[in-house]
Amino acid sequence: MQSQPDNITIRVRGVVNRFGAQTVHDGIELEVRRGEVMGIVGGSGTGKSVLLRTLIGLQRPVAGRIEVLGRDILHLREAEQRELEQHFGVLFQDGALFSSLTVAQNIEVPLREHCALPEPLMDEIAATKIAIVGLPEEAGDKFPSQLSGGMRKRSGLARALALDPEILFLDEPTAGLDPIAAAAFDRLIGDLKASLGLTVVMATHDLDTLFAICDRVAVLVDKKIRVGTLSEHLQDPHPWIRAYFHGPRGRAALDMNSGQHSPIDAGSQPLAGLA
Amino acid sequence: MATASFVASADRDALVFQAEGDWLLATAGELDQRLRALQLPSGRRVVLDLAGVERLDTAGAWLLKRTDNELAARGNTVTLANVREHLAPLVEQVWAHSAAALPHPIPPHHTLGGFVARIGEVSVQLMRRAYSITGFFGLVTLTFVELVRHPRRLRLPALVAQMETVGVDAMPIVGLLSFLIGVVFAYQGADQLRRFGAEIYTVNLLGIAILRELGVLLTAIIIAGRSGSAFTAQIGTMQVNEEIDALRTLGLNPVEVLVVPRVLGLMLTLPLLVVYADFMGLLGGCLMSWASLGILIPTFLDQLHTAIGLWTFWVGIIKAPFFAAIIALVGCYEGFNVARSADSVGRLTTQSVVEAIFLVIVADSAFSILFSLLKI
Repeated sequence: MQSQPDNITIRVRGVVNRFGAQTVHDGIELEVRRGEVMGIVGGSGTGKSVLLRTLIGLQRPVAGRIEVLGRDILHLREAEQRELEQHFGVLFQDGALFSSLTVAQNIEVPLREHCALPEPLMDEIAATKIAIVGLPEEAGDKFPSQLSGGMRKRSGLARALALDPEILFLDEPTAGLDPIAAAAFDRLIGDLKASLGLTVVMATHDLDTLFAICDRVAVLVDKKIRVGTLSEHLQDPHPWIRAYFHGPRGRAALDMNSGQHSPIDAGSQPLAGLA
Repeated sequence: MATASFVASADRDALVFQAEGDWLLATAGELDQRLRALQLPSGRRVVLDLAGVERLDTAGAWLLKRTDNELAARGNTVTLANVREHLAPLVEQVWAHSAAALPHPIPPHHTLGGFVARIGEVSVQLMRRAYSITGFFGLVTLTFVELVRHPRRLRLPALVAQMETVGVDAMPIVGLLSFLIGVVFAYQGADQLRRFGAEIYTVNLLGIAILRELGVLLTAIIIAGRSGSAFTAQIGTMQVNEEIDALRTLGLNPVEVLVVPRVLGLMLTLPLLVVYADFMGLLGGCLMSWASLGILIPTFLDQLHTAIGLWTFWVGIIKAPFFAAIIALVGCYEGFNVARSADSVGRLTTQSVVEAIFLVIVADSAFSILFSLLKI
């Protein structure tokens, strides 16, 4: 995957998704740059998860073109598809751990499938991933049903990271976590991005996450997508986007993170007037 | 793709450990072997020189960290050197979070003591199960008593829906299989009895076997496979989705809502299905007798009439509600036992079918003993 002519990891052109008579996406345009964290937001039913599934290749769009790591994923042969998938890591909403396997065995599933490694080394790599995502050592021998929601998420992340992917897809990574765990998870994603050089695409509703770690945000409105930095979205006059970012929760998250980001230029959009 | 290698060269008083090339998951297996084959020094000053490392991932970084750990354990003082700038964050991450793999516990039941312990464990588990299934039976019985006192709480729509799915929808398969068993039985019976010139007794054999045993047993086994498994899977999936807990918090009794319609529905439907299976079995036997022995239908019916009494029929039918209760109770009980995992739904569904068939056959033998004592 060395030859990247430009710095674009994922390029989506004119994607249309339709279920029966209902059109979910009507011409999605999206570019994700190498090494950035892209948040996908949108109201319920606007197809955040569908978009994520489309990028991963689980959902075939009716029309459009998707390039991931420079390859057209809609026209790949089976073997090429498998090869490409090794560069993806996916964290599903509730972890989607295999319930009949322990956490360590879950992490070893992709290793076993794609690499010929001796058994002890595989155990060591699994243990390293468990430590990296911040799980206690004993978690490796536990079954998913014995873990809390937050630990399941971390385990799912460890499995997603098993093959050291270039792109990490996260579906609602902080949903269902308490605020402390959610903030820790945000930090973890940020750390991993920095140390492993990941490109991250996440669907999320968590405004704190958006403000804390997302470089750019893609907003799904009116079956299309609007991509921009947070400060650009904060200026957007679209009623839904205004309601989303300028609602009470949006402002709280903004106030908390304003020290790091300060996305609002002085004077351009006084927040006080929006209440 | 360059492979990784290392050179241990003496440089003044310190040893230099040189890592080169790609330290990646793809090369990790080979690297692991080489590292394990390496003679490690002890009590020296060692420099881990990463200048030659071009590409690195977590697996490679772990191998470096492991080498570091092993060197340190032998009393060497280890320092890292020449970490390339773009690799530094990853190296830091892995150095901060290295963990030893937990040793896999050796399964204990390969020893004699373990074997005995396992027998004990299984026995205790069996007794616990017997205790808990008796408890469940009691719970369902109490709910039934409650419903007899307040008949309006019986959920008629649910009951009728259950009767349709377990009864009406099962008619094609039950009918076809009973018909075929009748055909096979008549054919085999005729073949044997013809040697004695007693072909006509094929009808007696057929009538008694199908009405007393085969009709009810075959139907019960089909229903255990078809509906008992469905009960476990339905209730089990509800358990996984926390729907059962939701019912409880809404003030509904899950036994009343889920178990009673299924148990009662099956108890009412199975006898009817057995009558139908008896009829289809006799029909198959009748057609086969006509085709292979030339016994005409009126002759068949006459002979059947002399061969069987009313009790022959009732003996089969009486067993049906008991078998139905066993199948439905076991199916529902196993459903409630499901833990929060997909694996457990599948395992318990299988278990429920096996247990139901086992218990049905045990109950059938008990009935045989009872009937022979009563001389029916």
